[in-house]
Amino acid sequence: MAEFLHQLASGLALGGVYAIMALALVMIYQATHLINFAQGEMAMFSTYFAWKLIDSGQPYWLAFFATVVASFIGGAVIERLVVRPFANAPVLASVIVFIGLSLIFNSLAGWLYGYSVTSFDTPFTGRPWFGSGYMSAHESGAVLVTFCVLALVYVFFRFTPLGLAMRAAAQNPVSSRLVGIRVGWMLAIGWGLAAAIGSIAGMMAAPIVYLDPNMMGGILLYAFAGALLGGIDNPFGAVFGGFAVGVLGNLIGAYVVGAEVKLSVALAIIIAVLVWRPSGLFGRRLVARV
Amino acid sequence: MTQPILAAKGLEAWYGPARALHGVDFEVEEGGVTAVLGANGAGKTTILRALSGLIRRAGDIRFRGRSIGALATEDIARLGVAHVPDGRGTFIDLTVEENLRLGAHIRADKQGVRRDFDRVFGVFPRLAERRRQQAGTLSGGEQQMLAIARALLMRPNLMMLDEPSFGLAPLVVAEIFRILGEINRDEGVSLLIVEQNASLALDLADRAVLIETGMVALSGPSQAIRADDAVRRAYLGY
Repeated sequence: MAEFLHQLASGLALGGVYAIMALALVMIYQATHLINFAQGEMAMFSTYFAWKLIDSGQPYWLAFFATVVASFIGGAVIERLVVRPFANAPVLASVIVFIGLSLIFNSLAGWLYGYSVTSFDTPFTGRPWFGSGYMSAHESGAVLVTFCVLALVYVFFRFTPLGLAMRAAAQNPVSSRLVGIRVGWMLAIGWGLAAAIGSIAGMMAAPIVYLDPNMMGGILLYAFAGALLGGIDNPFGAVFGGFAVGVLGNLIGAYVVGAEVKLSVALAIIIAVLVWRPSGLFGRRLVARV
Repeated sequence: MTQPILAAKGLEAWYGPARALHGVDFEVEEGGVTAVLGANGAGKTTILRALSGLIRRAGDIRFRGRSIGALATEDIARLGVAHVPDGRGTFIDLTVEENLRLGAHIRADKQGVRRDFDRVFGVFPRLAERRRQQAGTLSGGEQQMLAIARALLMRPNLMMLDEPSFGLAPLVVAEIFRILGEINRDEGVSLLIVEQNASLALDLADRAVLIETGMVALSGPSQAIRADDAVRRAYLGY
C-alpha cells in the first residue's frame, strides 16, 4: 500500500510537468492547429540556461525568473523569425520546421553544455512536506509550482484584455483584425508564453529526471499523450490529461509492464485515444447556430 | 463641398489570380450613407474586403484624405473604420460580453467604454439579457445586432456593413435598419452598406452605387438611382 501511494504521489509530481507541457502544446495548437514538436527541446534549452545562471552563483529564484523571461523573449523571437515565414505554407512544411528546430536545440545544447547527465538544483530541499513519506520536498514543490502556473495562465486568459485578444485571435483571426487586434503579435506572444511555461516545466523536471540534452524527449511524448487524452483543443482537458498520464504511466510502469517500457504507455495512450476518441475526453463539440 | 470620409478611385481587387473588381469609383460623404447594390457575385462584398485590406487590392483609397491602400487591416480598423463582415464575424466560442469587449479592444478610455456599453445595451436590450451566453448560440438576428454593437464599441467614424439583412426575418431587418438610421443621424457615423435588399438600402442611403461584374454600372444620389427604370425592374421588382 505504501509503495502504491508512493508511486501515485510521484506520478502526480511528474504529471504536473506533463500538464504544463501539454498546456504549452495546446496554446500553440489553438492558435495555429499545429503541434510544436520543438516545445520539449526549447524547454530543455531553457533549463540549461537556468543551470548556467545557477552555476555562475546566482540565487535560484533569480535564475528561475530570469529564465522564464528569457524563454518568453526567445519563444517570441523564434515565432517572428522562423515560424512566421511558413505561416501560409503547407502543414508538412511547418512540421519539418518544428522538427528542425528541435534538432537544432538538441545539438546546440550538446555542443554548448556537453551530453553528460548533470544534476539540477531545486529550491525545495530538506524534509518532505507535511511529514509525508510519499513525496519528496521537491515533488511537493513541483506540484505547488504547477498549480501556480495553471492558476496564473487561467487568470491571464480569462480576465485580462490581452488574454481575451489572444483567445479571439486564435479563434477568428479575420474578425480580430477587423476590430484592430494585431493578430501577428498575438501569435508571437503565444509562442513566448508557451516557451516561458515550458521552461518552468523543464526546471521542475530536471531535478527528477536529471539534466541532459535528451531529458525532454520522453516528457514531451507524455505531454502529447496527456493533451490528446484531455482534448487537444481544451486547456483544462490537457492539464487533466497531463496529470492522468503521469499517474497512469507510473502505476502501469510499476505494476504492469515494468519501468523499462514505461514510455510505451504514453504511445499506447496516444494510439488508443486516436482510435476510439479522437477529440479526447473533453474535446469540445461546438454549439453554433447560423 | 466638404471632403468625403471615404473615396475610392479605380479600385481593383483579386482573389488569388482572378481579378474581381475592375476599377470601381465611389465616395461616402462625411456623415452620409452610401449603399452598394448589385446582384449575387457582382463584387459587393469584395469591395468591402478590398477596402479593409483583407484581399489584394490596388487603386486609390482615401480615408479623410489619407491614403489607406497600403495599410494593414488592423491599422485601418484603428483609424476608426468598423467593418461588419458577411457572416457577422461572431466570435462564437466567446460570450456576448467578451465579443463586445473585443470591439473596445483598441480604446484606452475606460470610462467612455463603460458608457458605450450602457448605450449599446440600451439600443439592444436582447444583448444585455444574454451577455453571459456563448455568442454562437444567439439567433441570426441577435448575432447581427451583436456585430453592429461590437462595431459601435469601436467608436467608428465609418461603419461598413455587409448585407445586414441577410437571412433575417423582415421585422428584424426593419428593426436593424431603424437602428442603423439612428446611428447615422444621432451619432454622425458615416455608413457604407452593401445590400441585396435594394429598396431598404435606398431608403436609408443618400448615395448609391450599382455594381455589375466588378464594375460600376450606375452611381448617383439615391433618388436618381431609385428612379432609374432598369434598376427598378431588376432590383426593386416593380
